[in-house]
Amino acid sequence: MIRVALLVAAKDLRVELRSRVLLWQVVPFGAMALLLSGLALGPARAGHSGAAPGLFFLVMLFVTLLTVARSRAIDARAGTRDSIATLGLDPGGVFLGKTVALTVELWVTGALLLAGTVVVLHANLAGTLAASGNVAVTLAALAAAGVLHGALSGPGDGSATLLPLLSLPAFAPLLIAGERAYSAALGHGALWAWGTISLVALVAYLALGILLYGVLDES
Amino acid sequence: MSEFVASLNDALVVRSGFPLLSGVTLEVAPATLTLLTGPNGAGKTTLLQLLGGLVGLSGGSGQVCGVDLARDDRRALRRRVGWLGHDSSFYDDLSVRENLTFAAKALGRPLEDLAPALERVGLRDRSEVLARRLSAGQRRRLGLAWLLMRRPELWLLDEPYAALDEDGRRFLDGLFADVVAAGASIVVSAHDHLGATLGAVNTVHLVGGRVESRS
Repeated sequence: MIRVALLVAAKDLRVELRSRVLLWQVVPFGAMALLLSGLALGPARAGHSGAAPGLFFLVMLFVTLLTVARSRAIDARAGTRDSIATLGLDPGGVFLGKTVALTVELWVTGALLLAGTVVVLHANLAGTLAASGNVAVTLAALAAAGVLHGALSGPGDGSATLLPLLSLPAFAPLLIAGERAYSAALGHGALWAWGTISLVALVAYLALGILLYGVLDES
Repeated sequence: MSEFVASLNDALVVRSGFPLLSGVTLEVAPATLTLLTGPNGAGKTTLLQLLGGLVGLSGGSGQVCGVDLARDDRRALRRRVGWLGHDSSFYDDLSVRENLTFAAKALGRPLEDLAPALERVGLRDRSEVLARRLSAGQRRRLGLAWLLMRRPELWLLDEPYAALDEDGRRFLDGLFADVVAAGASIVVSAHDHLGATLGAVNTVHLVGGRVESRS
């Protein structure tokens, strides 16, 4: 499983490096969304860092959904999908590999957008740096949940149902825990209490993905 | 143990409530070439997908490479067949070599198999070119290199002659003859008849998801 995971992660990241979708589409989208969020709050409230954690994770959720759609598209063309299916790759390994690749992409985007929260939303730099470990764990959990969501909303019968929409609340605990932990790091509470939730969620989504990805992808 | 590489009996494939194949009976003996013909929408691609474990059997029975299509996990079958669809089968943003390396590692094949496969399909000089920059015919050859590396028991090829020039067609005829001589079986769909140099070919003509005639 680990061998397949490394193989798939390396392939997805290499494709990403070549296509530069992250550079030219995802990062600009995230930056623009963060900037618009600041503008929507108005100059008075955007200047207060209390809004920054929530806006950051909301934007990262949109970025996750966009990146997941891209990750699915790599394998989704009919010919590619069939050819890869005949390789008989372990589905748990494919899930892990896609999660690793997506995590790296979210970390890159997240690092840039964290800088954006400091510049645009005036989040405290020291607090933001203190939150970065927690943010990294939460983004990894978002990636795992995102890959599972992608399997539900990809080509197949599932995409024609409400299932993908109904799976969106699965992101809620991550948004809440991530926002609370980031807020705590900015000086409003206990950082690790919320960070633990992200860590538990990461383990839970990884376990679920390893068990269910093959079934979801096959359907 | 069946004497056939693949056998279908009254096979039915239904997708979204619509029967794509109905009452199809087919036998593929070892080291033979079977040609599927028929108009668009006749079910040629679906039949190839069924033989490759890419779609499930909705009714009837069948076995391919010892895997029971009705009872066994069809994922077990997929590693044993070689599939070349008429759509692009590769990662456009990876080079020829990177695509084949990915396949070789996934299958646990030695990377030393890459060079002979590329040489055989005439892509040795294009190994560092991105798949998206290949012509349609070269992409077809890349798919064949993928299959050569896999050495499957059963080759399933959907419209492999499409987009090939006369040289490409002759190359494909020669490759098919070698594969059959080596003991593997080939099932191929094509609008035209195969090359005259291929010798005995079992032809199955499909219309509307049913076998209309065979020769």
